[in-house]
Parts: sequence; structure tokens; C-alpha cells
Amino acid sequence: MCLECVVQNPLVIPTESGLYCPVGDFYIDPWRPVERAIITHAHGDHARAGSKRYVCAAPGRQVLQTRLGPDAAIDALAYGEAIEHNGVRVSLHPAGHIFGSAQVRLEHRGYVWVVTGDYKLDADPTCPRFEPVRCNAILTESTFGLPVYRWAEPTATYAGINDWWRSNREAGKASLLFGYALGKAQRLLAGLDAAIGPIYLHGAVERMTREYRAGGVDLPPTQPVSAAPPKHDWAGAMIVAPPSAHQSPWSRKFGDKSTAMASGWMRVRGARRRRAVDRGFVLSDHVDWPGLHTAVKESGAEQVWVTHGFIEPVVRRFRELGLDAHGMKTAFEGEADEPEVVE
Amino acid sequence: MKAFADLYAAIDATTKTTAKVEAMVHYFETASAADAAWAVYFLSGRKPRQAVPTRKLQEWAAEIAGIPNWLFEESRSVVGDLAESIALVLPAPKYQGDRPLAEWVGEVLLTLREADEQPQKAEVLAAWASMDYQQAFVWNKLITGAFRVGVSQLLVTRALSRVSGVPAEVIAHRLMGEWQPTPAFFAALIARDAGDADISKPYPFCLAHALDCSPADLGDIGEWQAEWKWDGIRSQLIRRAGQTFVWSRGEELVTERYPELKALGELLPDGTVIDGEILPWKAGRVLPFGELQRRIGRKTIGKKLLEEVPVALMGYDLIEWQGRDVRQEPMTWRREQLEQLASVTHSPTLILSALVVASSWNELAAHREGSRDRNVEGLMLKRKASHYRVGRVTGDWWKWKIGPLTIDAVLIYAQGGSGKRAGLFTDYTFGVWDAGKLVPVAKAYSGLTDAEIKLVDTFVRKNTLETFGPVRTVKPELVFELGFEGIQPSTRHKSGIAVRFPRMLRWRTDKKAEEADSLAAVKKLLPEGGG
Repeated sequence: MCLECVVQNPLVIPTESGLYCPVGDFYIDPWRPVERAIITHAHGDHARAGSKRYVCAAPGRQVLQTRLGPDAAIDALAYGEAIEHNGVRVSLHPAGHIFGSAQVRLEHRGYVWVVTGDYKLDADPTCPRFEPVRCNAILTESTFGLPVYRWAEPTATYAGINDWWRSNREAGKASLLFGYALGKAQRLLAGLDAAIGPIYLHGAVERMTREYRAGGVDLPPTQPVSAAPPKHDWAGAMIVAPPSAHQSPWSRKFGDKSTAMASGWMRVRGARRRRAVDRGFVLSDHVDWPGLHTAVKESGAEQVWVTHGFIEPVVRRFRELGLDAHGMKTAFEGEADEPEVVE
Repeated sequence: MKAFADLYAAIDATTKTTAKVEAMVHYFETASAADAAWAVYFLSGRKPRQAVPTRKLQEWAAEIAGIPNWLFEESRSVVGDLAESIALVLPAPKYQGDRPLAEWVGEVLLTLREADEQPQKAEVLAAWASMDYQQAFVWNKLITGAFRVGVSQLLVTRALSRVSGVPAEVIAHRLMGEWQPTPAFFAALIARDAGDADISKPYPFCLAHALDCSPADLGDIGEWQAEWKWDGIRSQLIRRAGQTFVWSRGEELVTERYPELKALGELLPDGTVIDGEILPWKAGRVLPFGELQRRIGRKTIGKKLLEEVPVALMGYDLIEWQGRDVRQEPMTWRREQLEQLASVTHSPTLILSALVVASSWNELAAHREGSRDRNVEGLMLKRKASHYRVGRVTGDWWKWKIGPLTIDAVLIYAQGGSGKRAGLFTDYTFGVWDAGKLVPVAKAYSGLTDAEIKLVDTFVRKNTLETFGPVRTVKPELVFELGFEGIQPSTRHKSGIAVRFPRMLRWRTDKKAEEADSLAAVKKLLPEGGG
């Protein structure tokens, strides 16, 4: 096949079942059951049950198994290790999104595609940093694909969270911090200063945190909320819980408390106010606007495909910058500004 | 400026009034009198006019952020707020400046309006280059004339009272009317000895909550005074030292707009303040509110308009009499003085608010049923022993309004909200059927729960037919029961009618679009004789 033909016959196309590689005959993060699925990470909108065989990055295997159930057949690939499938060479590379998350590199007759999955460039003590992979075409997410979304240094955000915790403790209050049970919660834990007080976890967070520890991620000591005796005094404690626990009957037991949400959406005041939390900390596991540009530039891709998020403005901007950019509609949700279901 | 920006953030971050007051106390205790004066000015809802046109600010922000205008526009529509969008796209500040608020306002903001474009741009860019996100956000709010913060004047007075030891009522009174935010003003505001000599100064209005229980729960009807609740402009008419001042509830001096009331003032003795309602009043009856709207906002009134829409003052209360503040006298006493004053004055421009007399709550409820025919919104209940208090009070005064008029209408257009509702479709236009088509009859923003708003938002996103700028035309499918206070014929609206205070009462998930009301049915609600 000549290069033009390869370009005109994309290695990845959207289908009803999900992102599909026609040459290799496999799917990436399919939203319907298929024969063979490569999974970038274990979040619900990327890892759905029912497919025959799954492939994921080795560190993410256990979490994925927990999410998909014990019967799911999962093959693990070390980062950088390659397999051939119908002439397509497939390898997985750190995406920096959550523990075990991966970008998918596909190579066919010397033409390379990278499907980023969800990713971020910022440092995260719970997973290896995003690794730029050179390619001809990149399919990137755009959850925060507008110039207003720009993340501060995570260390500054951690400092803000710890200050908030400390002042709550001084005021005799419990601190209730919301973040997704898988990924965000552990990233928050890694930044907490355990010297301030005891850290407790909601059940959903507890389960995922156990997987992280089993995978060798170093996190401060915690206890499950359920292990505390009845009428426990929560003043001064930090409780990490999924967003769905906000304003739930469960959250009432903590008495006098301050609440906070950690999410990229907290960058915008309206979203903060809508959440009705006392504090909003801007901490996202998705790439921000400058990061999106950096990632595309460092990939060296001449063709850019943009999916879930702000597809249209990102495509238009990339075209203005001289890139061959296109939108691709998928069923991924990114960092949904919605409470996730308590598991 | 940093302290003021922090104060804004602290107030913005909480819904607890104690925390807001605490933040203001902390600010006023540490701020200079010059800064504090401006802070009081802004916190009490006053603001300078827009200093720089929105379009220019947007261009400059996009320019230094290195993004095209369309992309800024796109971001703004997601953020839902201009000042915030600019603060979010600005590059990190070159240095951390902390010029005092009073300097920023006095030396920069107030001179920006008159400046030419080049110096204007230089000033704005220099300001941005020295401010972190929070400062830039507040600064942008100030220069766009859109500064608002979640505190009532009542909370501001409470904080100032705590700082100074001066009673909150005295602070509230000193804050009324027109004043300049100078250090001297601030010093006088929190000074223990009065020396309040401004003859134009109105009193803080006493306001009522809507009655949230059965009137029978208010106890013996004999302890209550009932009056009609009129729909006009709540005002104070002041006569002091041979001069007349008319203040609207929005604390706007509107004397020149209502020459009738200025003439009425001539007839009053010095040292008189009447609390009442400006109404469009002709041949012994009230005109629709829409007629009054023709006079609101006009500084000079033509002869024709004066003849077509004359106004009168419906007198409710007397709060200064013979030069004395009589707010602490009981309602009945104040009422007696007002009656005497009205009879002595004997002017068709001063109408004494009629008492609605009933021997039981049931009888009063029956009178209330006739509200719509009288073009009133219902009844006002005031405890006979009540003082004239400051702000919205609980227990002594109640609004007992009649139920709204209702129609079932179909959601046809949706638009994004702002502030807390930014990024959500929350502003809706509703239509009713006319010859097989839906004609718009009302816009409504309020009445849905947050959960319902989310559902409607999802519906709008999935069922958009067309997009015109920020407005989406949606598949006509959702039916809502709308309530409104009044309805009038209108030549300005396609439907031929205009409704007052429309809001959503409930989502009629049980109704299909075809089952919504017709325009003909809605027009039947028009008052007899065309209103």
C-alpha cells in the first residue's frame, strides 16, 4: 500500500461498537461487546464488560479485572512491549491519566497511529508520566480543550488542600474531599500531609486504593470510614469520598464539616457554585489546553483526530495552526461533570 | 486590591451569612479608610459605569492570551461570564503587585472611561500584568460595571456595626441616598456621634416576606391591619427644609421623573416622609403596570405622556413626622397621623391606602379573592403594634398574594444561563398554539429544581433543531405550567400579549406538546375591556 492509501484508510475509525482498527480487526475501548478489545484504562466509559478478550497495560490489569469481574479474559502488556495482530504492531505507553493507564500505539507498514485515551502531562505520584510517542496520526481527547482550562502546578494545589484541611481541623471540623474513586482519590491521597490528622476512605475509594497499594503505589496510611466506631468524633479528620457521596445521608455522620471537590471543572466559578461545595480545588487527570498543544507537537503527528470534549473549537484551532485536524465522535465522557454512581 | 479580592473570594465561597459577615469584619478592621469606603460602595451594590467597552476588553485579552477572538468567544460561552473568562485566559502575572483598592479605582478605573484607546489599553494591560487570577477577576468585574457579590446591604451594615459599635439601623440610614466613597465618608459612617444632616436621606425600607403559613396562624385578626398590595414602584416621598425628594426602593433619586409628586411635596409640611407606592393612576383607578413602565427610565417627561399616564402616590406609612423619626411608634399611631395628613393635604395625588376590614380571616380571604378585579396582587398584612423596621422582616409584615394565573406552554427556545448556571441551558422561551404553530408568549428562568434543570439541559442538547448564536431552537416536546402575575395586550410582542413575572410552576411530564394551551385560551385571561 502506498503512503497516500494508508493515510486515506485510517488505522482507527469510529463504528457503532467503538473505535475500530479495520486492518488489525480489533477495537480500542469499545462501548459494545466485541471479540478483541484493547483498553486504555479502567474508567467506566472506556472499559465495558462483555467482550471476549481484553488487552491492557500490565500495571492496570488488577484494577481492570476488579471492574470487569473475575470472568473477564485479560492479557497484560508491559509498557513498550509490542504484539502483532493481523500485521498491525500494537504497543502500550504511559498516558499519565491514572495508575495503569496507556496510550495505544498502532503501526502498520511503517505508518503509526497513537490513540491517547485519557491523559495528562502533569506529574502524578501514582502513575508514570505521559510518554510522548512519535506518530503520523494522533487521536487525542479534548475534555478540557479550551484556553480557560489551564492547570497550576499540582504541588500548589496539594498545598491548598492541606491548608484547607489544617484550618478545618483548627475549627474543629471534619474535611470531606470528593474525587473519583479510581484515580483522582488516590492522587489526592498521595498529596495529603498525613501529619495533619487521620485519613478515612469511603468504601468505593477504599476498594480501589487497595488495588493501588497492591500494585506498589506508595500512599499514606488510611482507615475505612466503616471501621470507625459508632458516634466517632470526626473533627480534624480527612475523609476522601466519591462525588456521589456529597449531600448523601452517608455524609451526615461527620457532623460539623467542610466539603471540597477536586476536579478540572472547578476552574470555572459557575461549576464550583453548582456543586455547592465549600471549596473547589482544580486538579484534573485530563490534559489542559497548553498540554494538549504540547502533546500534539511532541508526537510530531501530521494528522490530528480530536475526540470527546470540545471537538469543534480544538479542530478549528489546530487547523488555524496548520495541522490536518479532524473530529471523531465517540461515546467517551471524559471527566463528566456529574456524580458517578457509588459502586 | 489583594485584600479586597480575598474578601470577594471569601464571600463567594460560602453561603453562610455568619462567615460572610466575619470576612467583612476582618476586611474592615484591617483596611485603610480610603479602601474601606470603596469596599462599602461596591459591597452595597453601587458600581461605577462600565469603563471600557466589552468588545475592546475581549480583543485585548485574546491578544495577550495568544488566541483568536472566536476562541475567546467560545470560551466565554462555556464560562458564562466575561470578567471570569478574561481572568482565566490571561497569562500568569509578570509580577505580583498590590496597589490599594482606592488607588486602583480613583487613579485608574475612574479615568479609563474618558481615556483614548491607546492609553486605555496600556492601563488595562498593565493592570492585568500585575494581578493574579483572583485580583484580575474582581478588577474585570469592576471595569465592566458588572460587580456583584453575594451579600445584602443588611449584612454589610451588620459587619460595619460590629466593627464600629454603631447600631446597624444607624449605619443603614447613613448608607441611604447619595454619597461619595471618601475616607471622610467612611469615618462618618462608623462614627459614634451622629451629625447626620443630609436632608435628602431616605430611610431603609421595611419589607415583607411572603406569607408561608395559614393566616389563621397569625393569631387574632384584630391585631392585624390589612391593605391591598399594589404593583407599582415602592417609594419614599421626603419633604424637608422646603425641598422635595422622591426615592425609589432601588435607592434611586427619581424626583425629576415624577413632577406630580414634586408638586405633592409642596403641599406637605417640612419634616415629613411618606412611604408609599408610585402608581399610574387615572380617573380614580390604577392603569396596568406596563403603562408605568413607559415612565420608568425617562428622565424628562413629555406633556402627552403626563396626560396619558399620570401618577399618584398610594400612601402606606408615615415614617418621619414633624421632623421626628417615628419608625418606633406603633403602626396604628403612624396610620392615624397619615390619615390626618392625607385629609389635610387633600390632594388627588396622595391616595390613602384603603384598609380592608374583616372580622375573621375567612372573611378577609374572601375579600382577597377579588384582588384581580381590583388590579392588585393580593393583601399586605401588618401587625398593628409593629414598628417600621429595617429590611425584610419576619413576623410583623406579610405579603399575602393571590395565586398566579397559569397556562400550559411548550419549551421552544433555550439559552445558556450565567453565574451559578453557566454552561447549563436554563433560560427558556415558551410558546402556545396559534393556527397550528407555536408562538412565543413568555420567557422564564426560575421555578425548576437543580435536578430538573439538568434533565432539561440534557434534553436541549439532544434535541436542538437550530442554533442562532447562543439560542437553541428545540424540538417542541416539553410542556410546563407557567405562572404569572398579570397579562396585558401588547403591540410589541408577536403573540399580542405581555405577561408579568412569568415563572415555571411545574414540569407537566403528563402532557404532550399538542395538549398545551392555545393563544386564544391565553387571551381569555386578559382583563375585561382589554386591561
